[in-house]
Amino acid sequence: MVTGVRQVQDARSRSYAHPQVQTAWLELDCGFPAVADVFEECIDTALASFDAAQLDAYLEAARFIGKLGRGPEPLLAFLEEWPAVVAAASGDQEPLLPQVMGAIRAMQKSPNSKAITPFLQTLAAIARRLQSAEQIELYIDIALNLMQRTSGSIHGHHTTFPSPGLPHFFDQAPRLLDLLSTAGLRNWTDYGIRNYASHPERQEDYFRLDSADSRAVVQRERHGTLFVDVERPLDLYLRALWRDSEQLVPYSTAFDELRKPIPYYDRLGMRVPDVYDDAHGPAGLVSGLDRYRAVLAHMVGHRRWSGQIIADNYSPFQRMAVEFFEDCRIETLLMREYPGLRRVFLALHPLPGETECDPETTSCLRHRLAMLSYALLDPKHPYTNPQLLEFVARFHEALGDGVSSTREMADLALSYVARTRRQSDQFAKVHFDNTVIDYRDDNRHLWQYIEDSDDEEFFDDPDKQNRKPAESQSLPPRRYPEWDAASQTYRPDWASVYEALHPSGNAADIDRLLDKHAVLAKRLKRLLDLLKPQDKVRIRYQEEGSDLDLDVAISSLIDYKSGVAPDPRINMSHRTDGRNIDVLLLLDLSESLNQKVPEGTHRAGDGGTAGQTVLELSQEAVSLLAWAIDCLGDPFAIAGFHSNTRHEVRYQHIKGFSERWDDGVKARLAAMQAGWSTRMGAALRHAGHYLSARKADKKILLLLTDGEPADVDVTDPGHLREDARKAVEELAAKGVTAFCLSLDPKADDYVRDIFGKRWRVLDRIERLPETLPTLYMELTR
Amino acid sequence: MSNKDQYLVRAEPFYRAQGREVELYEAAYAARLPVMLKGPTGCGKSRFVEYMAWKLNKPLITVACNEDMTASDLVGRYLLDANGTRWLDGPLTIAARLGAICYLDEIVEARQDTTVVIHPLTDHRRVLPLDKKGELIEAHPDFQLVISYNPGYQSLMKDLKQSTKQRFTAFDFDYPEAALETQIVVTESGVDAELAATLVKIAQTARNLKGHGLDEGISTRLVVYAATLIGRGVAPQDACRMAMVRPITDDADIRATLDHAVDASFP
Ligand SMILES: Nc1ncnc2c1ncn2[C@@H]1O[C@H](COP(=O)(O)OP(=O)(O)OP(=O)(O)O)[C@@H](O)[C@H]1O
Ligand SMILES: [Mg+2]
Repeated sequence: MVTGVRQVQDARSRSYAHPQVQTAWLELDCGFPAVADVFEECIDTALASFDAAQLDAYLEAARFIGKLGRGPEPLLAFLEEWPAVVAAASGDQEPLLPQVMGAIRAMQKSPNSKAITPFLQTLAAIARRLQSAEQIELYIDIALNLMQRTSGSIHGHHTTFPSPGLPHFFDQAPRLLDLLSTAGLRNWTDYGIRNYASHPERQEDYFRLDSADSRAVVQRERHGTLFVDVERPLDLYLRALWRDSEQLVPYSTAFDELRKPIPYYDRLGMRVPDVYDDAHGPAGLVSGLDRYRAVLAHMVGHRRWSGQIIADNYSPFQRMAVEFFEDCRIETLLMREYPGLRRVFLALHPLPGETECDPETTSCLRHRLAMLSYALLDPKHPYTNPQLLEFVARFHEALGDGVSSTREMADLALSYVARTRRQSDQFAKVHFDNTVIDYRDDNRHLWQYIEDSDDEEFFDDPDKQNRKPAESQSLPPRRYPEWDAASQTYRPDWASVYEALHPSGNAADIDRLLDKHAVLAKRLKRLLDLLKPQDKVRIRYQEEGSDLDLDVAISSLIDYKSGVAPDPRINMSHRTDGRNIDVLLLLDLSESLNQKVPEGTHRAGDGGTAGQTVLELSQEAVSLLAWAIDCLGDPFAIAGFHSNTRHEVRYQHIKGFSERWDDGVKARLAAMQAGWSTRMGAALRHAGHYLSARKADKKILLLLTDGEPADVDVTDPGHLREDARKAVEELAAKGVTAFCLSLDPKADDYVRDIFGKRWRVLDRIERLPETLPTLYMELTR
Repeated sequence: MSNKDQYLVRAEPFYRAQGREVELYEAAYAARLPVMLKGPTGCGKSRFVEYMAWKLNKPLITVACNEDMTASDLVGRYLLDANGTRWLDGPLTIAARLGAICYLDEIVEARQDTTVVIHPLTDHRRVLPLDKKGELIEAHPDFQLVISYNPGYQSLMKDLKQSTKQRFTAFDFDYPEAALETQIVVTESGVDAELAATLVKIAQTARNLKGHGLDEGISTRLVVYAATLIGRGVAPQDACRMAMVRPITDDADIRATLDHAVDASFP
C-alpha cells in the first residue's frame, strides 16, 4: 500500500509537458484523476487523426460529458473511444458527433443517464461493425426508440423509471450486430419492446439475451445472405471469373424504405447491399449469393466497357433510355464471356406484360424500356410491338461481333426516344411496376456533369509527417547501396540503416496473447511434433551401413540359398535427422500497420479480432510463430524496420539468433510500434547481412509486410520496388531465400515482381495468427 | 544388355509448340547441353521431351524422381546371385552408355545428395563415375540430360541448389494461351472446339486464384481429363466438377466459386 497519497484530489492542477496537451487539459476543465492519467495518451491518439477544428469539437463534447455528474466513467469512455469511432466511420466526425451528443442529452434528461456509460463504451465496437455514419445514426435511433418506449410507464405509474433494458441493449449491441444487420437489430428490439415493455425483469432478460425467445428472434432475423458471410467468395468471384478486384462496401438496406438504395461504384469501391434474400423470379429461384454475383458482374461490365457521356446534353428521359441500352450492351458482352449468366440475369429481370401500362393515363416510357431491356437479353422474349422488334434488331446489329460503344448506344437511345415518344410520357403518374432491375447499379459513373462540379475531395494533409520521433540513435549507421533501375547502376552508400535494440514493454502481454490462442497452439503443436527432428533415425535397406540389419540379412540369405536373387541391401545406418534451418523474421513496422483490421471480415466465435489493428494482429502472429519455431528448435531471429527517407532506415533488433525465446525478447515484442515508411531493400540487405553469416544449410528470410516499398523521399513507386527486387536477388546469390507474406490483398502486382514465386498474399487478415506459423511449417517441411 | 531400340519413341507424339521451344531444344541438343524444363504441373513438359526424342530419333529414358530415391537407384547397384554378385546398371547409367536422352522428372523430389550424382555428366567432362564398381563411364556422344522442375512448390526445402541449376539451360513452360490450349484439348480428347474453349476458360478462372488460396490452377492435363469424360457421355457440368474442380481444392469458398464458374460457362 502506498500511503500518503490523497484519494480524492482535484486533478485540474495536473500539468503536462506538451503545451498542446496542457491547453487541451485546461479546456476540458476536469477534476478526475483517472481522466488525468490517460489524458495525454488520448490527446496523442486524437492528434494523429483530427484536425484543429475536429479536436476542438472533441474537447468541447468531452467537457460536456465530464460535467454530467456521472463520475469519470462516461468521460473516460468518450475520450478513449471517440477517435476510434470516427476512424471506423471513415474519419467523418461531422454528422456523427451531434447525433451522439443528442443521444447523450436525451438520456441525461430522461431518467436513463445510467445508460450513458455503456452507450459510450460500446460505441467504438459498434462503429467498427457498421462503418458508416448513417448506419451509426440508425443504431442510435433504435436505441432512443427503445429508451422512449420502455422508460417510465411501468404499470401506469407516473413516476419515471429508467428503461430496464437499455443498458443491457448497449452491452449486447456489438455482439448482436455480428449476427444481424441493423434491420434485424431493429426487429429484435421491437419484439422486446412489444412483449416486455411492462415487465422490468423479463425485459432485462430479453435484452441481456438471456431468454429463449430473445435468442430465437435473433436466429429468425438472420435471414438472407449476409454480405459479411459471402465477402470472401465474392472476392474470389471477382478475381477468378473477371480478373478484377475491388474493395466491396456494404450499405444498409433496411431503413431507406423511400429511397431504396441502389448498388453503385466509385473511387472507394463497389457498394452493395448488406443482405440479399433469395429472389423468386418468374424464371426460378436465385440465391442471395448469386444475386451478389450478378451485381458484381454488371459493375465489372461497366468497368470494362462503359465510357462517359456528358449529361448536360440530354433530357432526363433520354438519359434513362441511354442507361437501359448501355446496361443491355454490357450485359450482352458479359453473357458472351459466361453464357450461363443469361439464366441469372433473366431470372432477376422483370418481365412486364405488354399491355400492363395504359398510355392514356400513365407515363409508359419506363415500361417500354423495361420490356425492351428484357427483349434485348432474351431472344425468346414474348413481345410483338414492331418498334420494339426494330430496336432489338438495331441493337444486335450495332454490337455484331464487336463490343460497340457507349456513344453508339447513346445515339440508338436518342433515336428510340424520338421514335416512340408519346404525349403521355410527360404525365406525372409513372408506371413503375415491373420495371425495376435491381441488380443494376445506378450508373453514376456514366455521366459527366460539366456544370457545378462541387464534389471536391480532401486528401491527406502533408503535416501528418511532421511529428518527428526523437529517439536516441545508438549505433553508427551502416550504409547500403540502392539500385537505380533507370540507369541500371547502384547508388553507392545510399541508405543509412540504424540498428537499435527495440524498446521493451511487458513480457506478460505476450504470454497473455499466447494464452488467448491456446486452442490454436494446441492444434499447431500436433503439427509441430510431426516436423520435429526425431534425432536418431534408422535407415534400413542400405547396401553400406553401420550395422547389419538382421531381418533383411536373414531373408536375403534364404533367397540366396534357394537360388533367388537376394536383396543386397542388408545393412542399416543411422542419421540424426536434424533440421538445418536458420530463419530471420523481418517485420514491416510502417505506419499503415496502425490501421484497423477491416470489420465484417470476422464472425462470432472467431476469437474476436474485432477492432484490432494490423499491428496487434501481427504481434499475435509473430508471438505464435516464435513460439512454434522455438518448439522446432530452429535458430531464429526477429527484427523490425521502418524508414523516414534514405537517411534514416530504422532496423530494430527484437531477437538475435543466439538469444533465447525468453522474457527479454517477449518484452521487446510487446512494445512493437508502427510508424513511417517502408524502405524494403535496405532492410532486406541488412537482414541478409546477418543471415549470410550463418552456417545453416538453409537460410530463410521471412518478410511480413502489408504494403509495397515506399518512402517519403521517393516519388516514383517503381524505384523502391526495383531496388527491393534487386535486394532479393543479392540475397539469393548469398544463399539466403527470401519469402514474403503480404497482407495487402492488392499485392499481386508488385510482390511477384519483387519476390518471384516466393510470396503469398493473405486475403483474410484476421487469420494471420494461424497462417503465419502454418506457413512457416509448410515452407520448411 | 539393354537394347537401344526399346527406348525409342515409335509413333509421333502429339505436341503443339507454344513458341520456339522446338528449334531451341534442337540447338541445345546439337551442342549436347543439359536442359531444364520449368513449369507448373500438367502443362506439357513430359510431352515435350517425348516429342523431341521422337523428332531427334533418340532413345528416351524417363525416371520419375521421389523422396526415397537414392543415388544407386539412378546409377546402379550390385545384386547377389547364385554365382556371387552382379552389377546392374541404373537408368542414368543405361542412358549414358546407350546415348539416350535421360529425363529426370520432378528432380526436386529427390534428395539433394542424390541430385549431385548428375553433376559430372553435366559439365564438359560428360562422365559418370560408378564409385562402387570402380568404373568411369564416358557418356555416349548422343547422351543428353533433361530435368523437369516445378518452381511453383511452396516449400523452400524443395528447391534446386544453385550449383545444380547453373548446369542447365532452361525453358520456362506455362499453360498454353487459350487458343492453343483449346486446340490441344480438341486433339487430345476429340471434343469440339467450342466445348474445349469453354473448358479452357474454366481452367483459367482457377489460374486467376493462384496465390489467393490455390497453389496451382487447373492444369491442361485436367482439362483433357474433363473433355475425355464429356466425350464419353458424362454431362459437362459433372465432368468439370469431377475432373477440374474437386481435385484441386478443399477450400469450400474456392470450390463454390469454381463451381459457379462452371455453371456460368454453360448456357
Ligand atoms: N503443348 C502441348 N501439346 C500437346 N499436348 C499437351 C501440350 N501441353 C499439355 N498437353 C496435354 O497435357 C497433358 C499433361 O502434360 P504433361 O504430362 O507433359 O505435363 P507435365 O508438364 O509433364 O506435368 P507434371 O509436371 O505433372 O509431370 C498431356 O498429356 C497432354 O494431353
Ligand atoms: Mg510430367
